[in-house]
Amino acid sequence: MKQNKNLMSLQLQVSDFLPASEDEKQGVVVMRESVSFWKDGFRRLRKNKLAMVSLVVIIAIMIFAFIIPSFYPYSYEQQIRGSENLGIMEYSKEELTRIQSGEKIFPHFLGTDSLGRDLMIRIMVGSKISLLVGIVASAIILVIGSTYGAIAGYFGGKVDMMMMRTVDIIYTIPDILIIILLSVTLKFPLQKLADNIQGFAWINTVGVGLISIFIVFSLLYWVGMARIVRSQVLALKEQEYVIAAKALGASDKRIIKKHLLTNSIGTLIVTTTLQIPSSIFTESYLSFLGLGVSAPMPSLGSLASQAIGGITSYPHRLLAPAVMISLIILSFNLLGDGLRDAFDPKLKN
Amino acid sequence: MSRYIIKRVISAIITLFLVATLTFFLMYLVPGGPFLAEKAPSPQTMKALEEKYGLDQPVGVQYTNYMKRLLKGDLGTSLKMRGQEVNHIIKTRFPISAKLGLCAVILAVSVGLPIGSFAALKRGKFLDRLIMFFSTLGMAVPGFVVATVLMYFFGVKLRVLPTFGLTSPLHYILPVIALAFYPTAYISRLMRSSMLDIIGQDYMRTAKAKGVSQFKSLFKHALRNAILPVVTYLGPMLASILTGSFIVEKVFTIPGLGNQFIGSITDRDYPLIMGTTIFLAFLLITMNVLVDIAYKIIDPRIKME
Amino acid sequence: MMSNTLLDIKNLRLSFFTPAGEVKALNDVSISMQEGDVLGIVGESGSGKSVTAYSIMGLTAHPGKIIGGTIDFNGHRINEMSEKQMRKIRGKEVSMIFQDPMTSLNPVYTIGNQIREVIYLHTDLDKQQAYDRSVELLNLVGINDPEKRLKQYPHELSGGMRQRVMIAIALACEPKLLIADEPTTALDVTIQAQIIELMMELKRKINMSIIMITHDLGIVASMCTNIVVMYAGKVVEAGSIDEIFYNPKHEYTKGLLRSIPNIDSPSHERLIPIEGSPVDMLNPPVGCPFAPRCDKCMKICLKRMPEYTKISDTHKSACWMLQKEELERSKGVMK
Ligand SMILES: Nc1ncnc2c1ncn2[C@@H]1O[C@H](COP(=O)(O)OP(=O)(O)O)[C@@H](O)[C@H]1O
Ligand code: SF4
Ligand SMILES: [Mg+2]
Repeated sequence: MKQNKNLMSLQLQVSDFLPASEDEKQGVVVMRESVSFWKDGFRRLRKNKLAMVSLVVIIAIMIFAFIIPSFYPYSYEQQIRGSENLGIMEYSKEELTRIQSGEKIFPHFLGTDSLGRDLMIRIMVGSKISLLVGIVASAIILVIGSTYGAIAGYFGGKVDMMMMRTVDIIYTIPDILIIILLSVTLKFPLQKLADNIQGFAWINTVGVGLISIFIVFSLLYWVGMARIVRSQVLALKEQEYVIAAKALGASDKRIIKKHLLTNSIGTLIVTTTLQIPSSIFTESYLSFLGLGVSAPMPSLGSLASQAIGGITSYPHRLLAPAVMISLIILSFNLLGDGLRDAFDPKLKN
Repeated sequence: MSRYIIKRVISAIITLFLVATLTFFLMYLVPGGPFLAEKAPSPQTMKALEEKYGLDQPVGVQYTNYMKRLLKGDLGTSLKMRGQEVNHIIKTRFPISAKLGLCAVILAVSVGLPIGSFAALKRGKFLDRLIMFFSTLGMAVPGFVVATVLMYFFGVKLRVLPTFGLTSPLHYILPVIALAFYPTAYISRLMRSSMLDIIGQDYMRTAKAKGVSQFKSLFKHALRNAILPVVTYLGPMLASILTGSFIVEKVFTIPGLGNQFIGSITDRDYPLIMGTTIFLAFLLITMNVLVDIAYKIIDPRIKME
Repeated sequence: MMSNTLLDIKNLRLSFFTPAGEVKALNDVSISMQEGDVLGIVGESGSGKSVTAYSIMGLTAHPGKIIGGTIDFNGHRINEMSEKQMRKIRGKEVSMIFQDPMTSLNPVYTIGNQIREVIYLHTDLDKQQAYDRSVELLNLVGINDPEKRLKQYPHELSGGMRQRVMIAIALACEPKLLIADEPTTALDVTIQAQIIELMMELKRKINMSIIMITHDLGIVASMCTNIVVMYAGKVVEAGSIDEIFYNPKHEYTKGLLRSIPNIDSPSHERLIPIEGSPVDMLNPPVGCPFAPRCDKCMKICLKRMPEYTKISDTHKSACWMLQKEELERSKGVMK
């Protein structure tokens, strides 16, 4: 009877007990938005404040490095007589008299170096070179590594084993030592090539130092990428097999494609993004040892290492490029981490 | 296990062989051969060198001779240091670098492990974020900047620590910090993620279900598992400390092998570059093999295989 | 004859506060259990079985939080106890074994070490006594050559062996209650049967109660005295084994039973999932959570959560069909 009263108090109507239609039933199912991999990834990425800030910083640095120098009043190799060793925002005597006579002189935001070159533009161009080194080296690594890895994974068996043994061995070569060795020795043959053989003169434009760096990176640094791509391809082959076994029809190339995209591209983007700062790091290291890009072209590493001698009098000359390097590396690292979390959770360590 | 060791040693020997070969042929690319580049030595030296190394002979013969000498452990003779044996130079310089490096390893491990574990336990909290911020930053600052800035602030500005040479324990402080900077940051990040991984493992839940306290479950059950990935970093860490030592020894004017190596690069002292490279490569490769084997021994799961 | 109540969970509500929102994992879960019972908790994956078990152990992990209700176990108000007090109970009065024996033991310590740990924690036995007890325990769970096993690492044992070790650890202090969270799901069929047999044998030897969480209705039929059926964080039906198997009231339970070929000969058949997708616990429906998958679904089911209808002292179920019958009956009376 008690139950009964309860029921009455609920004020139910007989119509409530009519069967619900299929539409009504489905109406209450809150369909969780079936978001695509990319959409989902981008949503996660956008939520990652650190990664987004890093992205903004990277874009700002790109503008600073690639766009502003083209209309900056000074050039990186321009030596301004009488304006040597200026401090931050300082003008030389000559410039001051010209200002007094009504002329407008663009300020040296970071002063000048011992040859009278404006430090600000040198930092910009240095950033450009460092970024280029990072990006080009990473692109080379991406191409070589993913091709090699894909071939090994695709053929499998003996070919795979031989190729991966090679990778294992290259992996254990102490890279920095070889890089130093190569940078020391490659200059001669490259210089010879540039000077003597037509069609190789561009080496001089890019600079022997830079070319050696690229050669060195592409010889040694692709192995990590190759390993990752290989395992992805192997996993994909497995997928293919599973799909076939499930008798979903072998014609369903779209699934494979989709898996290829989702599985591999995410990994490749993440790995490449994280490769950029590592290459910049190595370049700055080589520059410090005097093995980086050749003068007068500045890289952030060479700017910083040139400033070390004068650190007691001009600490800002070291700090400015050092902060810049750190900022670039930091933001690429954070962006890479964010991309990994967003698109490739399984890569996490 | 013994199969693994044999496999690992064989591949190390192949790697070493490759490095030695590469070194030889790269040096051969230098115009005039490794011994005659740039400033020519005196005629007597030249003659002695030519005799000793048979520079007039074909590449193949030179290569075999070179490899034979290497096998005997003879790394050649320095050009600039007036006939000093590379072996001798390494013998006097390397202990200095090794001492410095060892201190840095100890510092990096003893700071990185606790900091990383602590961050993992305080996951998402303020202290975790702070630690992660600094370690991420620590990994973004190039080593020579760290070294120079340390030298500038503590040595030049504050004048509290010596910045030159390695004559007293105080002299060690700055170079060791500079050397340990990157590995410390790396280890703390590695330890954190490894610890987080372990904390989520089923056996941690088992420990809790047994009534083990959080403190003990961390120290007994988590730490030993979480440390395993850090052991694998020991190899790369040695490489990183070694390359760091080139810079740190130069900045702090320490007469170690690193400084010597940089000097030989600036001087284009090719035999010395060649010899040092091979020695350091040998060192790194050997250490890597040892670390890999040690890892397999520490991890009981692998012992039986 | 009423025996003592060992476990009494009342209106337990538990949520996980995730970045995506509040996951209402348990909504008003009430479960009660007498000493000596073997209680089976069944329900599809994600229905809240494990979360219920963990909350009995006081192991609700961040970001989970009990936001209502009470848990009384063996005279303790679990949900009000401190971590320190809880530690004295875990492994001693209530123990738990888990789904995957391959990962539930710490790989870097020997079996002996991991058994002794729990003995040292809850008893005053010295080294020799603890060793003897470990040997005794391994004998008890049917592991031969215990002296040798104690020195081995988990990876040197098979899955079935490891689960036996887990049981040995769980039983080391002769708990009042053993919670087994899908203890056989990860094992081979023959090993499954052995483990179940072992648990029943041990139950007879040591006077303890068991909560058996499982997918496998065959296991439930072979060992349980009572059953709780969970769906989407709710207990949708609870009763004695006979009541549930021969007189199921909830449409979900009926579906479950239909999905196994023959109840009386429990072939170890996994629960065949009922058609339709499980409930999104981030946005639980206002009505009966099973409604979208229910053949008998009525308009009211979509609008309101059904109340429990008491079928007997031990049997209750939350389904509008029961309310409807009740209503019709009372209307008949009124006429
Ligand atoms: N750590 C967690 N964070 C968020 N949600 C969780 C967590 N653990 C469990 N849940 C949610 O609680 C619900 C019940 O889970 P569980 O008890 O593990 O189910 P099962 O019945 O399969 O054992 C699931 O919907 C799951 O999404
Ligand atoms: S309440 Fe309605 S929808 Fe839910 S099980 Fe009962 S009949 Fe089906
Ligand atoms: Mg579960």
